[in-house]
Amino acid sequence: MSITLRRKLWIILIIKLFIIFILLRFIFFPDFLKSRFDSKKDRGNYVREQLINRK
Amino acid sequence: MIESIDLSLVDWSRAQFALTAMYHWLFVPLTLGLSFLVAIMETIYVKTGNPEWKRITKFWMTLFGINFAIGVATGIILEFEFGTNWSNYSWFVGDIFGAPLAIEGIMAFFLESTFIAIMFFGWNKVSKGFHLASSWLTAIGANLSALWILVANAWMQYPAGMRFNPDTARNEMINFWDVLFSPVAVNKFLHTISSGYVTAAIFILGISSWYLLKKREAFMAKRSMLVASVFGLITALFLAFSGDGSAYQVTQKQPMKLAAMEGLYKGQKGAGLVAFGILNASKRPGDGKDAFAVKLEFPKLLSFLGYRNPDAFVPGIEDILTGNYKPEYNSIPYPEKEKAFSIEEKIVRGKKALNGLSDYHLGLKLNDVMTQELGKMELQDNFPYFGYAYLSSPERAVPNVPLTFYSFHFMVYLGLYFILLFVIVLYQVSINQISTKRILLRFCLWTIPFVYLATQAGWIVTELGRQPWVIQDLMPTMAAVSKISSSSVQLTFWLFAVLFTALLIAEVMIMIRQIKIGPKEVTD
Repeated sequence: MSITLRRKLWIILIIKLFIIFILLRFIFFPDFLKSRFDSKKDRGNYVREQLINRK
Repeated sequence: MIESIDLSLVDWSRAQFALTAMYHWLFVPLTLGLSFLVAIMETIYVKTGNPEWKRITKFWMTLFGINFAIGVATGIILEFEFGTNWSNYSWFVGDIFGAPLAIEGIMAFFLESTFIAIMFFGWNKVSKGFHLASSWLTAIGANLSALWILVANAWMQYPAGMRFNPDTARNEMINFWDVLFSPVAVNKFLHTISSGYVTAAIFILGISSWYLLKKREAFMAKRSMLVASVFGLITALFLAFSGDGSAYQVTQKQPMKLAAMEGLYKGQKGAGLVAFGILNASKRPGDGKDAFAVKLEFPKLLSFLGYRNPDAFVPGIEDILTGNYKPEYNSIPYPEKEKAFSIEEKIVRGKKALNGLSDYHLGLKLNDVMTQELGKMELQDNFPYFGYAYLSSPERAVPNVPLTFYSFHFMVYLGLYFILLFVIVLYQVSINQISTKRILLRFCLWTIPFVYLATQAGWIVTELGRQPWVIQDLMPTMAAVSKISSSSVQLTFWLFAVLFTALLIAEVMIMIRQIKIGPKEVTD
């Protein structure tokens, strides 16, 4: 594999990982339950209510 | 308070997941297959000591590296989507998916990443044997990574080895081996990885054909085609075998999906397998119209493949809706052994399960042990139908028949074509006439996009044929989505469309450039 190709792939890889793990993860994809409820119990209660009441 | 969910949110969430999964799957199959083909080629180099094989190995390894570098981590976005868009689903399955996905992470990071580094950067730095072992371990690591995510997907088709905990509203794994070795998981893993092997074999045939058409690199192209056609033929035959195993499991566990795959509305004894068919677009369950405008079928073959009995009754969509048949498969809940439940009956039972969950918690809140116990019992008795509570009518249990039917048949036709192509190429390579068969070479080149279409069609059958379920019988998509705004899902849908399209364009451009440059001279 040539040095130019390696460099190109590393650049693509780094940009991609930055977009995925920094931009997408933190700006657009917060964990829905963890960002709203602190405890597992509260998350479970919320989902249970959702399951029971959703139509 | 009854909460209704915006249908456009469900549709956009599904579209986004489908887009991400389909783009991700453009990169994965080549990684799965090419890693093994490169390891085989390197083995030939180590065995023969012929530096030409080192040159061949390094060339395909470069293309493998491009695909790996651009494709890696695209699947992680699916996990983000689980947490944001599908939080009910994530919570509901959390404990089942935790173990397989954690093992996948360990596999990917420790096995694959370590040995892939040696594979790319270790030439002339480690011994030949150690380098070869690294190439094989990279291939094994990549395929084992795929195992765990496929086990998780298989659980969605056939939930096994778990128990629903009404206190936490989660399913908990009670038997890891039931999850790992469920017959659906085993067949799914074998069928999916072998589709990756066939993809890589066709990729090599196509690129090698291009060299022969351009009268370049004849030795490398012919040797590569020999390896690819032998590997491709064996794995394509195995693909057909594992496909039969998968369809057998679908018959047992997801009869509605099978009926959609075959456009079978009215069940019959000794049902035929549709060889060619054009569906009647206006057909709806129970309307009495013919399901097909044109149909050609192999008599009794569907009964034979589905039940290993040419005279078995295969239920159609209408039979499954009305429950008007006696199930001939084994893996169904006990009350249905004698006569299948209608979807209406399943909806009633699903609602009982949901009421049971509600009563259980009411009992807990009021400290009323009797209400609590009765609720728990009602939930447990009816839990296999839990998801049916959300269906507004029995017809909601029917997936998109045309899309499932055409995708399935398109995949099967292409699978058969690939076998034929491998046989012809192998014969022409073995009599050393492949360079003169220019039409065949063009066929090989233009088959590359079709192998990708075939694998995508396979996933459409798997995922769309399971609708309306995200987890078969337990959770429909509309109950699985998070209550977020559909506009935010639309925004990220388009973001992904741009990101993935850019990655795909980058991959194709870099690949084409590298192919045009061709393999480099090597020193041994």
